Amino acid sequence: MNSMSSGWQARAIQIGFVAALFLLWDFAGERKLINAILLPAPRAVFWKFIALAQTSALYTHLLVTLMELVLGFLIAAAAGLSLGYFIGRSRYGTIVFEPLLAGVFAVPIVIFLPIFLLFFGIGPSSKIAFGATYAFFPIVLNTIGGISQVDDRYVRVARAMGADDVQMFRRVLLPAALPVIVTGLRIGCIIGFLSIIGSEMIAGIDGLGSQIVRLGEAMNTAEMFAYILFVIFFAILLNTGLSHLQARFAIPGDGR
Amino acid sequence: MSVTAQIGTGIAAQDAAITVENVSHSFVSRDGAIVQTLDNVSLDIRRGELLCLIGPSGCGKSTLLNIIGGLLQAGSGQVKVNGRPITGPSPRELSFVFQDNTLFPWNTILDNVKVALEFQGVPENERQGRAEEALEAVGLTEFRNHYPHQLSGGMKQRASLARALSLKTDIVLMDEPFAALDEQTRIYLGEELSILLAKSNKTIILVTHSLAEAVFLADRIVVMTARPASIKAIIDVKEDHPREPAFMASGRFADYRNELYGFLRAEIEKTVGGFVGSAAARDRTRRGISESAGDAP
Ligand SMILES: Nc1ncnc2c1ncn2[C@@H]1O[C@H](COP(=O)(O)OP(=O)(O)OP(=O)(O)O)[C@@H](O)[C@H]1O
Ligand SMILES: [Mg+2]
Repeated sequence: MNSMSSGWQARAIQIGFVAALFLLWDFAGERKLINAILLPAPRAVFWKFIALAQTSALYTHLLVTLMELVLGFLIAAAAGLSLGYFIGRSRYGTIVFEPLLAGVFAVPIVIFLPIFLLFFGIGPSSKIAFGATYAFFPIVLNTIGGISQVDDRYVRVARAMGADDVQMFRRVLLPAALPVIVTGLRIGCIIGFLSIIGSEMIAGIDGLGSQIVRLGEAMNTAEMFAYILFVIFFAILLNTGLSHLQARFAIPGDGR
Repeated sequence: MSVTAQIGTGIAAQDAAITVENVSHSFVSRDGAIVQTLDNVSLDIRRGELLCLIGPSGCGKSTLLNIIGGLLQAGSGQVKVNGRPITGPSPRELSFVFQDNTLFPWNTILDNVKVALEFQGVPENERQGRAEEALEAVGLTEFRNHYPHQLSGGMKQRASLARALSLKTDIVLMDEPFAALDEQTRIYLGEELSILLAKSNKTIILVTHSLAEAVFLADRIVVMTARPASIKAIIDVKEDHPREPAFMASGRFADYRNELYGFLRAEIEKTVGGFVGSAAARDRTRRGISESAGDAP
């Protein structure tokens, strides 16, 4: 009951915060405190947004970005989960590879973007490869962490009761590691989205990121903000979906 | 009161559910240091008896239990269960109740028992019925859809007990199953266990550090020495099962307990004395121990 009401309170404050931000923005636009070319009024952006939603351009760009995200994420998840599992199962593998991968992840991999462009061209392939590379790290690191940190007691008791390898994986390692792994997938997806949009902005033809940069350069800021708004909505949707996924796989009684 | 002085008593082979023959064991820690835990332990556990292992903390009781259960390899010597040497886990012959809580937090109580049955290889259509039966036996039917974190410590231990009993092995190895509980709950669960087991004719090895629990539950009590553990003495508790709470208030009970403490005292002193170091501190500790020995069960 208590946690319920405090949950609602927190949600109300979050909504209020966003609303206040919009009001401030609107107020600044009304009073012409800021040049409308630099920061168009929210109403103008809103109407642009509605108009945009009726054209096909938005969906073409959305589809490109979405396709890049889905493919990049799938590649990252497949590589990260399987590699993470095999590294995490072996104590020695964990000791060797965990710090190595964590170290590489600490490097701003975006410095290698030109290499990606050289290898994969300026089209979606380079965005997919770049997004997959970035998303791979949180996924593999969390999978290693999740699998290698499964409480030894559970493994021992399962072994004592006669669990074979498949049962050990399905009934012990996977459920024990899943919350940490799903967190990795969530972070991977969000970082993947970020790096795909980012790489589109730096060097791209199609996709939401490229479109935002192009509109900005053309001083078409109202439409640019409509796109930005759209990306923000999409990110919120993505994050909400992923949080639900995360909650579904949480171990009952954890973190209480 | 009777003390069987001989060690590894000469029971006829068919009467022994478990034979431990000259088992020694050492751990090698990461830095290469060798910690010897068991020193030439020989012991026969009779079919259908409840045997208590008692000894100073850290002496090697859990290690011995894990070797008997096939979870650890003996350094030398061997363990036979039903006449066959143990080389690994033997889930059809023996089940465990571990010292620490090992219920899976991601499963409900019912699913915890069902998963155990799945591991043991029980056909799927029998699991539900057997799991419910086992939970019924420990009085947890109402809570079968709860998760472990929603249960009290005592209920969790009962659930672990139900999980072990559902496997219907003839041998159950219990490592301080009630250690985390308060004295009253522990005595109460001990009584329940005594009743439950009197009906079942199982062979039980129970590790405990409670003198009262050992005397109340055991047919025989094995006193272990400080690390490396060897067998110091075996005490026969000649009292029928199930035992009445009145037994605890009797003079016989007190006699057994005092005898047991007599054997343990020197070993505990070795452990604690070595840990504390200085003579003055050792004196203080010794007084502390004899005080705690005075409390009634
Ligand atoms: N994995 C391990 N590696 C190295 N040493 C260990 C390991 N497990 C236990 N030991 C050591 O072996 C000794 C015996 O441990 P064990 O758990 O068998 O003791 P115990 O008699 O069950 O103690 P307690 O009554 O406290 O449960 C202890 O001194 C402990 O420090
Ligand atoms: Mg122990």
